[in-house]
Amino acid sequence: PWFLEVFKARILPQLSPVLSPQASCIQHRLVVRDASSLQILQLYTCLDQIQYIEWSSDSLFILCAMYKRGIVQVWSLEQPDWHCKIDEGSAGLVASCWSPDGRHILNTTEFHLRITVWSLCTKSVSYIKYPKACQQGMAFTKDGRYMAVAERRDCKDFISIFVCNNWQLLRHFDTETQDLFGIEWAPNGCVLAAWDTCLEYKVLLYSLDGRLLSSYRAYEWPLGVKGIAWSPSSQFLAIGSFDEKVRILNHVTWKKITEFDHPATISSKKTIVYKEVEKSPTVDTERLTFPPTRALASSLFSTQSKYDISQVPVSLQYIKPVADRANPKVGVGMLAFSADNCFLATKNDNIPNAVWIWDIRKLKLSVVLEQLCTIQAFQWDPCQPRLAVCTGSSRVYLWSPAGCVVVQVPGEGDFQITSISWHCSGDSMLLLSKENFCVCYLEREEVK
Amino acid sequence: MLFLSFGVWWEIDPVIDLISLPSPLVFYQELTTMGFPSIYAEPKGKELNLVCIINCMNELLVLQHKNLRAQEEVEIQHLKLGSDMDHLQNCYAKLKEQLELSKREIVGLQERDRQLQSKNRNLHQLLKNEKDEVQKLQNIISSRATQYNHDMKRKEREYNKLRERLHQLVMNKKDKKLAMEVLNYVGRADGKRGAWRTDKTEARNEEEMYKVLLSDYEQRQKQLLLENAELKKVLQQMKKDIISLLPPQKQKPKERSEDGLVLSDQEEDIGELNKENMWELSCETVREQLTNSIRKQWRMLKNHVEKLDNQVSRGHSGAWNEKDVISREDHELETGKLELEIQQCKEMIKTQQQLLQQQLTCDDDTTLLLQDCYLLEERERLQEEWRLFREQKKNFEKERKSFTEAAIRLGLERKAFEEDRGAWLKHQFLSMTADCKPENTTASAFLRSSDPDIRLVKSASRQRRLPSVLSPAVSPEPFQISQYIAQNSVASEKPAADNMPNLWVEGDDKEETEECTKSWEDSGVGPLFRNLHMEQLP
Repeated sequence: PWFLEVFKARILPQLSPVLSPQASCIQHRLVVRDASSLQILQLYTCLDQIQYIEWSSDSLFILCAMYKRGIVQVWSLEQPDWHCKIDEGSAGLVASCWSPDGRHILNTTEFHLRITVWSLCTKSVSYIKYPKACQQGMAFTKDGRYMAVAERRDCKDFISIFVCNNWQLLRHFDTETQDLFGIEWAPNGCVLAAWDTCLEYKVLLYSLDGRLLSSYRAYEWPLGVKGIAWSPSSQFLAIGSFDEKVRILNHVTWKKITEFDHPATISSKKTIVYKEVEKSPTVDTERLTFPPTRALASSLFSTQSKYDISQVPVSLQYIKPVADRANPKVGVGMLAFSADNCFLATKNDNIPNAVWIWDIRKLKLSVVLEQLCTIQAFQWDPCQPRLAVCTGSSRVYLWSPAGCVVVQVPGEGDFQITSISWHCSGDSMLLLSKENFCVCYLEREEVK
Repeated sequence: MLFLSFGVWWEIDPVIDLISLPSPLVFYQELTTMGFPSIYAEPKGKELNLVCIINCMNELLVLQHKNLRAQEEVEIQHLKLGSDMDHLQNCYAKLKEQLELSKREIVGLQERDRQLQSKNRNLHQLLKNEKDEVQKLQNIISSRATQYNHDMKRKEREYNKLRERLHQLVMNKKDKKLAMEVLNYVGRADGKRGAWRTDKTEARNEEEMYKVLLSDYEQRQKQLLLENAELKKVLQQMKKDIISLLPPQKQKPKERSEDGLVLSDQEEDIGELNKENMWELSCETVREQLTNSIRKQWRMLKNHVEKLDNQVSRGHSGAWNEKDVISREDHELETGKLELEIQQCKEMIKTQQQLLQQQLTCDDDTTLLLQDCYLLEERERLQEEWRLFREQKKNFEKERKSFTEAAIRLGLERKAFEEDRGAWLKHQFLSMTADCKPENTTASAFLRSSDPDIRLVKSASRQRRLPSVLSPAVSPEPFQISQYIAQNSVASEKPAADNMPNLWVEGDDKEETEECTKSWEDSGVGPLFRNLHMEQLP
């Protein structure tokens, strides 16, 4: 019982809906719509082409960042006349984001010279010097109390923990990393995971007060960590690495409890493999009209597909990585836990068409989804164990423990879904392509 | 016609008589040398004995046959031996070939073995080389890595310097209007006013942070405690189950000398650890003890199960242990018996239930009838019993009567015998004392001699007066004897005699007396008297 309603509009970049309204932007215009009806609520005009927009945590403000001009403009939803403009000047702007309280904006200047904290409440400005130019250099705790920033001074890595309330420095400590690559808070806000560059496999776990709790290293020389994911209960830390394995650490001893391998051949009888197969569309030749209607034309040329269950053993499409390129497409690059802690979805970049779903309660591989095209993105429903996958085709794939289904986005033309974003209630999700987006509404099953 | 004889060819005219052949002397000589009797009728005579000749011929023929047979046999044997020989030669040739082949094979295998060994050695060598190379490469990698790190650091420092310079330039150059243009300042999200940065706030921050950490730890500890408690419960249950499953041999530690100490320790442990309070403690020693005891018990259970498995498998394979077999048979018998018993009991219960049902559920008429039936049954049973009783009584009466008759007879006989004895003694005394003493003394002597008898009799009779006369169960002998003694003192003791008038019937059979005497003597009066004597002295 899915219910899909599509609304498409030609827009440029990405957008992020938080709570009810939904914002999208076109060129230098910011369009705010209602999330359930997609009616236009507000329309704002910015000074330059918008590169990035973000809602504040209470959904009252939206920031629009224009990196080329180094300007950030903030709009209010309650008062459409209210405006705010932050100009970084010649310092330039490479990144901008909200603080968790929704009243401060953190701008990262060019060359990562500094992070400026602008306050919308007071006239004060704070600076954070020497921020690290890495993939995930800034992390907020889930409750928004603390912020961890990765820094680098004199060729050494440091982490600073700030209290978001008053931007006071709480702790400042150095890390034993060669080249800190990323930091991430555990959902309980008490443990900070930091991992090193891919040349060194090292994952460090720090407590909120800056003590090193544990250090984990699986092997020494080959390429190391590609990405990590915390389980929502903070019980497990999943580490995906370049050796095509995911290692899971437990929060009591910080030791590895299991490792998941991603081989090209699946031979276990207990794993279900769903394979996407194309099915040719049935055309009723009698109903053909001339000239053909748009809908008919599109349906003729769009390929339908469905899921088939493949018999084990299954061998998946395996791509041998190019040996002499940096950042090879090897290893587990995407991993995410489901909201109820029961499942972990991973993608092995050598086997780009498959999503592996692991059952955390049994610590076993439970399902493999084999798609026709390369997986672009997947995201778990924030409320239920439901996974949405997109592969760059005009179909979105949904998996839940009850089964999986292919959802075709209706409409004309090509709609290549490149990313998915769930609504926080789990009722709808946003499907984004390069230039368009559409909203998919999911009907809730009645519980009898 | 040519005729060969003794190696010479004779030309014979078949008509010619054989006798005209050159000299039968030649035949005679040959035959004699061969041991045949002379063919001539008489020695040195010219007359040929035909019979002899024919006999000789016969014998010659027989000999010839024998020789032919012998020859045949020899020839057959010769052939056999020849074929055996051929066969053996073939075998020998084949075996030689096989031996050759095997030898060649062995040589080949040895060669192969040698080659494989050398290959193995080569591979080992290669492996060692590879390992060395790997080690070398690792060293190279590490040295290169350190070099890269060093270079990276150098480059980074340079880059930082450039950045700083750029930053300075940028900051200096710009118009200081690092601006934030805002229409009006928005209130804070939580509605509070901003606070100044002071030490107090810093302290508060620290406090908050520690609070957060502490709460997290407390929560985790709670969860762990819950988990621990659950696991302990499970362990306790498991322990109980294991104890219940273990065989009762465990209860006799004294029988097993080796395990005796261990078992007693374990029992102690179990006793200790089953106390509730011990479970609540979580210190190291208690935990260790607990886990150790569980492990021991588990091992014992495992051993027990293994033993059972072995027994089963042994039973299956047929290697029977006498004790086990018998016990199983016994067990089966027992179970059969028990089953029968159970069935019988069930049937009984069923019938009883039915009867109860009938009793309860049937109406008044039928109940009365039933009751009457029951009464009738009972009456009949009672009548039967009365009949039996009366019969028995009659039998008893008969027996008693016979006994009493026998007793009376016996008494009479004894009386007669005593009279005879008395008479004889009198006679003796008279004869003995005829020379020396007068008659009175004899009477007195007699009386005196019978004094102890009388005395005995008196007391005996006195005693015997009391118990009832009619008691058929009592053995008749002492009774009769006392009666007889009583009778003996008829002259002096009246009441004794009075006691027995009914019994003493006339009749004094000599034979009976003799018999009685015999029986009396045989029965050993002495001890009887002694008995009586004994009875007097309570």
